[in-house]
Amino acid sequence: MTTLTDPPKESFRLSMLIYDTRYRSATIQVVALIGFLLLIGWLISNTAANLANLGKPIDFGFLGEPAGYDINQRLIEYNSQSSHWRAAIVGLLNTLVVAVLGCITATVLGVIIGVLRLSNNWIVSRIMTVYVEMFRNVPVLLWIVFVMAILIETLPAPRAFRGDDATASMVFSESVAVTNRGVYIPEPLFSRGLGDIPVFGNSFEISLDLIAILIVLGAGIWGSTVVRKRADRIQAATGDRPTTWYLRLGLVLVPLAILLFALGFHLGYPALKGFNFQGGTHLRNSLIALWLALSLYTAAFIAEIVRAGIMAISKGQTEAAGALGLRPNRIMSLVVLPQALRVIIPPLISNYLNLTKNSSLAIAVGYMDITGTLMGITLNQTGRELETVLMGMLVYLAISLSISAVMNWYNNRVKLVER
Amino acid sequence: MKKSVFLGALTVAGVIAGGAAAATLDEVKARGKLNCGVTTGLVGFAAPDANGNWDGFDVGVCRAVAAAVLGDPAAVEFVPTTGKTRFTALASGEIDMLARNTTWTFSRDVDLKFTFVGVNYYDGQGFMVPKELGVSSATELDGATVCIQTGTTTELNLADYFRSNNISYEPVPIETNAEAQQQYLAGACDVYTTDASGLAATRATFENPGDHVLLPEIVSKEPLGPLVRHGDNEWGDIVRWTLNALVTAEELGVTSANIGDMSSAPGNNPEINRLLGTEGSLGEMLGVSADWAKNAIAAGGNYGELFEKNIGENTPIGLARGLNAQWTNGGLIYSPPFR
Repeated sequence: MTTLTDPPKESFRLSMLIYDTRYRSATIQVVALIGFLLLIGWLISNTAANLANLGKPIDFGFLGEPAGYDINQRLIEYNSQSSHWRAAIVGLLNTLVVAVLGCITATVLGVIIGVLRLSNNWIVSRIMTVYVEMFRNVPVLLWIVFVMAILIETLPAPRAFRGDDATASMVFSESVAVTNRGVYIPEPLFSRGLGDIPVFGNSFEISLDLIAILIVLGAGIWGSTVVRKRADRIQAATGDRPTTWYLRLGLVLVPLAILLFALGFHLGYPALKGFNFQGGTHLRNSLIALWLALSLYTAAFIAEIVRAGIMAISKGQTEAAGALGLRPNRIMSLVVLPQALRVIIPPLISNYLNLTKNSSLAIAVGYMDITGTLMGITLNQTGRELETVLMGMLVYLAISLSISAVMNWYNNRVKLVER
Repeated sequence: MKKSVFLGALTVAGVIAGGAAAATLDEVKARGKLNCGVTTGLVGFAAPDANGNWDGFDVGVCRAVAAAVLGDPAAVEFVPTTGKTRFTALASGEIDMLARNTTWTFSRDVDLKFTFVGVNYYDGQGFMVPKELGVSSATELDGATVCIQTGTTTELNLADYFRSNNISYEPVPIETNAEAQQQYLAGACDVYTTDASGLAATRATFENPGDHVLLPEIVSKEPLGPLVRHGDNEWGDIVRWTLNALVTAEELGVTSANIGDMSSAPGNNPEINRLLGTEGSLGEMLGVSADWAKNAIAAGGNYGELFEKNIGENTPIGLARGLNAQWTNGGLIYSPPFR
C-alpha cells in the first residue's frame, strides 16, 4: 500500500504576479489598462480645467441659437433664423449627397477603367494607365480646386445669355443652361401634387409624391421579380424560357406612367430672370467640382483594385470559359467579375470611406458640407471649437461605420462559401 | 478607433487651453519676436510686397507694438490668418495679437473672450458690382449671387440686410480675398461684399478699377481694431496704449520726421514729453522701456502717416479720412490722454 501525499501547496506570493507565467500576462494587461484609464482621465480633467480657466466650459447650448447665416444648397427648409443645429443637419445632408454621388460615379468609372486597363488594345490600356497614374499621384485638393477653376474660368456667366447678341445659349432644345455658376436642368413638378407630411415634430417635411413614386416603383420591381422567378421555374422544368421582357418592363413602367399622369407631372424649365436663371434644378459648380474631382480621383484607386481583382482570377478560368464558347464580354461578366468581386470588395470599402472623408475638403470650393457649416461658420460665430469639432468627428465616424456595415454585409453575401 | 479619435481631440484641446495662461509680455520678450496675426493678403491693410516684406495699415500696428516692446519694428513674425482661423489662432496662443481688420462686436468681446484694445479704422459693409450690370442701389440686388468671405460679420449682416429688405440672394462662400476676387472677376458672382475699405483695396488691384462701382449703401457698422486674448490685462494695455500713442502723436503733431528732435530733450508741451518719455515714467508703469512710444511712432509714423502712406487718397486704394479723421477735424479718432 502506498500513500499518496499531495505536493506541497505553494502559497501565493506577490512576486508571482511578475515571475509566474500563469499570472504575468494578466498583470501586464491590468497595468496597461490602469495606465490607459489614468491617461484618459488626466486628458479629460486637464481639458475641462483649462477650458474652465479660459471661461469656456463645454456647453452645447449654442446649437439651439439662431445661426444667422444663409446656406446656398439646402435640401431641407432653412433660413438665417434657423438654429445652428439645423444648419449642421443641412451640412450633413450636403455631405451625404456628395458622398453618395461620388461613390456611385467612382465605382462605375473605376470598374470601366480597371477593365479597360487590361484590354488587349495597346492604346486603350496605355491611356488608362496614364489616367490612373495622373489622378492618383496628385493630391485630391488640387484636383478639386483645378476642376473648380476650369468651371469658373471657361464657362459663360449668366449675363452672357442675355440680349440679342448673346454669346452663349442654352443646350438640349433650350432646357439646360451651363453657366459658371452651375448647371440648371429642368425640374420635375406636379400640378396635382399630394403635398408634404411633417416628420419629427414638424422639423422636416417629406414629399408624399416622392413616397408614392417609390412605392409604385418598388411594387413594379417586385412584380417583375415574381415574373422572372416564374420564368426560371419554367426554364428549369421544360428547358424553354418564356419571353418575359415586355411583361417585366410593363410591370415597372405602366403603373409609374399612370401615377405620374395622375399627379400632373411636368417639367419646370430654367429661364434667365434678373441676375440668374430661375426655375429648374440648380446644380452648383461647387457640387459639380467636388463631385467630379472626388469621383475621378477615387476612380483611379478603384480601377487598380478592380484590375488586381481580375488578375487574381487564374487564366484557366478565362480559357475554360472561352472553350465553352462564351464571348469575351460574357466571360468577363459571368465568370471573371463574380469571382473577382470577392477580392475587390474589402479594399473598395476603404476607398468609399476615403471618398467620404475627402469630401470634407469641400470648403476649398465653397461647398457647404458639415465641415463648412458646423465646423466652419458655426464654430467661427460661436467660438465653440471643441464642441463643434467633437460633433463633426462623431458624424464622420458614424457615416464611416455605416458604410462599413453595409459593405461588410454585402461582402458576406458575395464571399466564397467555404465548406 | 473611437477612443483614439477622442484622445486626439482632447490632446489638441489641452494644448489650445494650456497656451493661454502665461504672461504674454514675458513670452514675447523671451522669444525676441512678436507673433502678429494679419490677413492672408489685402493690399493696403496687410500684404507682402515683391520682396516678401509685409506692408500695410494693420501691419503698421504690429510693427509699432514690436517697436514699443522689443525696440525693433522688424522683430515681427507675421502669421497670415483667414476669417475662419484667426480666432482659434489667437485663443490658442499661436499669435500674441490680431491686427486683421476684425470687427469689434459684443459676442466676440464677451463670448469668444477677446479684448478689443481700440479701433484703428471705422468701417462699414458695402457692395461692389460691375458697372455693366447697371445697378445703382443694393435694394436692386434681388436674386443676385453674392460672393462673401465665410466666418466674418459680413456674412451675418448680409443675411440680415436681405431679410429685412425682403429680397433673395444666393450666397457663394469663399475663404480668402484672393478667391473672392477670382470668382467675382470671372462673373461667377454678381456682387462682392465686404467692408468698404476692403472693397476699395480689392478694386485697386483690378486691371480696370473703373469698371466696378461701390454701391452707396453701407449696411453695417464695422469698427475694426486690434485684439488680444482675455485674461492678460498687462499685455492688453501695451497694445492699447501703443495704438493710442500713434493717435495722440498725430493729434500733437509728432511725426516720424520730427520725432528725433522732439525726443532728444524735453520740450514745451508736457504731454509730448510724457508720451516720448522725456518726462515722467509712463513706460515703466507699462512694463516697457521709457522710449517705447518714441520707437512705436518712429517705426512707421503716427496714425495719420500710416493712413496716408497705406490707404490714403494718394494711394491706389484712395480712401478719404472721413470718420477716421482726428476728433479735432470732425472724425471719430480720439485717444484718451497720456497722463
